[in-house]
Amino acid sequence: MTGVLLSINGLTKAYPGVVANSDVSFQIGEGEVHALLGENGAGKSTLVKMIYGLVKPDSGTMTLRGAPYSPAEPRAARASGVAMVFQHFSLFDALNVAENITLGMENPPPMRDLATKIREVSETYGLPLDPFRTVGDLSAGERQRVEIIRCLLQDPKLLIMDEPTSVLTPQEVQILFTTLRKLTAEGVAILYISHKLEEIRALCDNATILRLGKNVGTCVPSKTTASEMAELMVGAALHIPERNGGELGPVLLDLDNLSVTSPSAFGTSLKNITLQVRSGEVLGLGGVAGNGQDELLGALSGELISTPGAITLEGQPIGALGPVARRRLGLLTAPEERLGHAAAPDMSLTENAMLTGSVREGLEANGFLKWGKARAFAEAIIERFDVRTPGPGNAARALSGGNLQKFVIGREVMQRPTVLVVNQPTWGVDAAAAAAIRQALLDLAAGGTAVIVISQDLDELMEISDHFGALNEGRLSEILPARGLSVEQIGLMMGGAHGMEVAHV
Amino acid sequence: MDISSINPILLLASLIVAATPLLLAAIGELVVEKAGVLNLGVEGMMITGAICGFAIAVNTGSPVLGLAAAAVGGAVLSLLFALLTQYALANQVASGLALTLFGLGLSALLGQGYQGVKPPAFPQVDIPLLADIPVLGPILFTQDPVVYLAFAMTAATWAVLKYTRAGLILRAVGENHDAAHALGYKVVRIRVLAILFGGACAGLGGAYISLIRVPQWTEGMTAGIGWIALALVVFASWKPWRVLLGACLFGGVNVLQLNLQAAGVAIPVEYLAMSPYLITILVLVIMSADRSSAPAALGRSFHASQ
Amino acid sequence: MLRLEKRPQPSQLWTYLTPLVAVIATMIAGGALFAFLGEDPLVAIRTIFWDPLFSEFAFYYRPQLLVKGAPLVLIAIGLSLGFRAGIWNIGAEGQYIVGALCGAGVGLAFYPIEGWYIFPLMVLAGAVGGMVWAMIPAVLKVRFGTNEILVSLMLVYVAEQLLASMSLGLLKNPQGFGFPGSRNLQQYASAHNAELIAGTGMHWGVVAAFIAVIFSYILLNRHMLGFHIRLTGQAPRAARFAGVVPARLILICLGASGALAGLAGLFEVAGPSGQVSINFNTGYGFTAIIVAFLGRLHPVGILLAGGLMALTYIGGEIAQSNLGLPSAAIQLFQGMLLFFLLAVDVLTNYRIRLKQREVA
Repeated sequence: MTGVLLSINGLTKAYPGVVANSDVSFQIGEGEVHALLGENGAGKSTLVKMIYGLVKPDSGTMTLRGAPYSPAEPRAARASGVAMVFQHFSLFDALNVAENITLGMENPPPMRDLATKIREVSETYGLPLDPFRTVGDLSAGERQRVEIIRCLLQDPKLLIMDEPTSVLTPQEVQILFTTLRKLTAEGVAILYISHKLEEIRALCDNATILRLGKNVGTCVPSKTTASEMAELMVGAALHIPERNGGELGPVLLDLDNLSVTSPSAFGTSLKNITLQVRSGEVLGLGGVAGNGQDELLGALSGELISTPGAITLEGQPIGALGPVARRRLGLLTAPEERLGHAAAPDMSLTENAMLTGSVREGLEANGFLKWGKARAFAEAIIERFDVRTPGPGNAARALSGGNLQKFVIGREVMQRPTVLVVNQPTWGVDAAAAAAIRQALLDLAAGGTAVIVISQDLDELMEISDHFGALNEGRLSEILPARGLSVEQIGLMMGGAHGMEVAHV
Repeated sequence: MDISSINPILLLASLIVAATPLLLAAIGELVVEKAGVLNLGVEGMMITGAICGFAIAVNTGSPVLGLAAAAVGGAVLSLLFALLTQYALANQVASGLALTLFGLGLSALLGQGYQGVKPPAFPQVDIPLLADIPVLGPILFTQDPVVYLAFAMTAATWAVLKYTRAGLILRAVGENHDAAHALGYKVVRIRVLAILFGGACAGLGGAYISLIRVPQWTEGMTAGIGWIALALVVFASWKPWRVLLGACLFGGVNVLQLNLQAAGVAIPVEYLAMSPYLITILVLVIMSADRSSAPAALGRSFHASQ
Repeated sequence: MLRLEKRPQPSQLWTYLTPLVAVIATMIAGGALFAFLGEDPLVAIRTIFWDPLFSEFAFYYRPQLLVKGAPLVLIAIGLSLGFRAGIWNIGAEGQYIVGALCGAGVGLAFYPIEGWYIFPLMVLAGAVGGMVWAMIPAVLKVRFGTNEILVSLMLVYVAEQLLASMSLGLLKNPQGFGFPGSRNLQQYASAHNAELIAGTGMHWGVVAAFIAVIFSYILLNRHMLGFHIRLTGQAPRAARFAGVVPARLILICLGASGALAGLAGLFEVAGPSGQVSINFNTGYGFTAIIVAFLGRLHPVGILLAGGLMALTYIGGEIAQSNLGLPSAAIQLFQGMLLFFLLAVDVLTNYRIRLKQREVA
């Protein structure tokens, strides 16, 4: 390590009701891979947004190579040599790769020169990419390449990467790490944000750990165990759900060659999905985001209709039924997107309880609504799932992500489903709440429900699943017992490096 | 009834005249929608432009000043829409409607005393050489300057959107305003500018009706042309050249039905007069199957919350 | 600099306060407008808002409040259902015209037979006529994804031409000495929508408006369909997840608003207006959009807003005859009201903060 590149001193940022960052200080050296570690809601995102000029700190200072650094906007940050790859890519689906890249540059060369440059850089760093493909048609891994190349074309001194591996298969992660190591060898520093401890141990030189907006410690990841880092991150030992793995009962849900066309232009259609789930079983379905997870949930919830026989619930064909009829029969679902899909943001929790609970909880009679009963149902969910809110009259959007997730999952769990399908049940939820949600799913399975968990968190799936399968471009891999699966096997099930070697250069 | 009395060359020449206000308004709205904003107030901005242009032209005796005033009038009115939707984050559909209702009232008020007045005439400009081409010459090249301006603006809009960085940024904002904001582009500022441009174009289109096409002032004289311009943008799948094509098509239908009325065809006048609206509906039905080219953020409010 | 900050949840207080603030702001801006037109703003405002209710001739104007308010409320209630679900029926004016034509047509077909059944049949025809007219954009939207805003609006112009054709042709009074316009239904007892209580302005349309308010209140607050309407407007994906079939909702909302607009047209043509004529429609269909928003799409709010808007109509007429204020000024005044309402509406969901507090 040669010298200090970026020094952060006492950064503080408060939002109404929350202190996102409180007096955070640390330093990043040139050519260093520095990890920023913390749970969801620990303040990592706010911190990097301040470094990238998207958010102004309330107090505190930064210096870049010794000079005061306070970017008023991302443009200024980029001009100083700070580049960022976002977690949710800031890309324009309808534009092509080159257009997307030129939009992120200060002084872009003419289109033709740019295309040549893109090809050069992508070959140098092993990231093949065709400049004239439409971004909406790219896989998640390829989309990330667009962002990385956009940053590299600016000759950055510091590259910020926000949860870069959450959309990659294990094989793709290896490709990314090779690229990052090439970069650091050239003197580029990387600020690497993650909560995946093994990755950080493999890649990073130093780590700063945030908890509740505060810097709670630093460590050298290669010399620290994962559990030590986890303790720093969470601040307490975790309750890890117990798997009691009882006998599996009869098949409750049977998908037979389910094929559904995606309703959105850039979505993934489902192709010949065949699976069975038994009473008491937890089936984990992994896969990189955008490989048909939303469509599968929609096809099971009844938002997307298929042929009647493609889905059978306890021997009854239900493929052509709508959401209400399926709920009545006992097939319940919880989609990934909490605000706007699983719950209506501006409606109260009582109204949101009515949203899916009306049939099974008897909240309506002849079309007339029983608000008193709905309120009691909402209160019961709040009580049993420890949802932190002043009361059921509060709007859904006023709840934190984790609390709303507990409410949404709780709402389905409390309706005693025959089959429950959840998509990303613990996405963006703090560790304690995540553990509670997982335990609730396991309890439900123990009671005889068949549970399907769709998730991109492989650790989570390994922890709770009896069987594991992966979605890849709308197809389902073979389903194998979860116990004893290796990371390589899982990666291959997810599609290996996801067709990325066959880049269209 | 005498259909043979209709001169095809004159018909096509007046088709261009009928198409011009539509073309102006629709090109403006196309730019607004490409930036991700749906301004349903085109009718209100057109009628405001029509009276502003008319009043200034009559009072100054200069039709050019009139046109300039119309553009300013339309833009000022669209500024209200911009304030509502971009700063007060009001619903775009409701705000656009408000703009139309407001514009109709405003123009009626401003137009008191201008009924029956004759505006100064606009000179016809024959383009040398080209005007002498048989058939095409009289149709395309013996028009007033605004026609040429409208055609030039169509070409310019196409070129700017397709080939320039400014056009790319505009499209990016209309496609995904959050991503554009993350890259540091001023989403609100870009959208306000687009809205102003749309307002100025609609104002010009309105003044073209009151100053050149009719030319006189009557209340509510735009008679739904602003709404047809909105439909035209959908019809054109947000492509400038197809807006031109559509404007000529609608202009043609309108001129044809007027000529048929004049020729005394056995169809009642009212049914001929409703034909442009019915054809608009028909075209909307045919075109609405393909919405893939619509800007993805069209009609959505943007608020830069951290 | 001012900055907007999203509230954790919509403010109850501001939900009720914003219409009031908008009305007051409109009065101020309108006063300035009237001053600009050379009127004493206070006199103008008093003429519009006070005189119809409390001046010495108020006995004449007060019944007008019900006459003008009823169609506005009736139409606005229908529109509010669709607006809440994000379905934009802008063509109520056309549905109003077609409802009036159908209803009057049925009545005139029976002329000169007298019978108790004629008026109910006319009511039915009016509702069906308006509904069918609104079903055109509804079916096109469901079947082809066509934009209902543009189609319903185009159909207003078509309906206006239809009205012209009818009052000059099919429905023209054969004994009308060649003047355009139909027979006067006020002189045909079985078809006349007469005042129910003399001197109050109360006619069947007013009754229908009150019923519509009550019905809509129950629908939105107590019934699954109303819940689904609200859900669709606020979170369309969540609505589909809850089991709402969007196509069904589009047909219901547009059909209901068309039927109510058609009813309003029928009650008007058979009552206060009396005959089908070229300029029989007076823009109620468009003003009702303002009423719907001013009433916050809430049934009771719409009732109040309808009354207020009727007041500006009547007051506007008084101002026109007494002060010589142009009728366009009133139209502008109404447009302003909608503007201010939309502008202050932001306060319901956002609060305004001064930018950059210095001390953290």
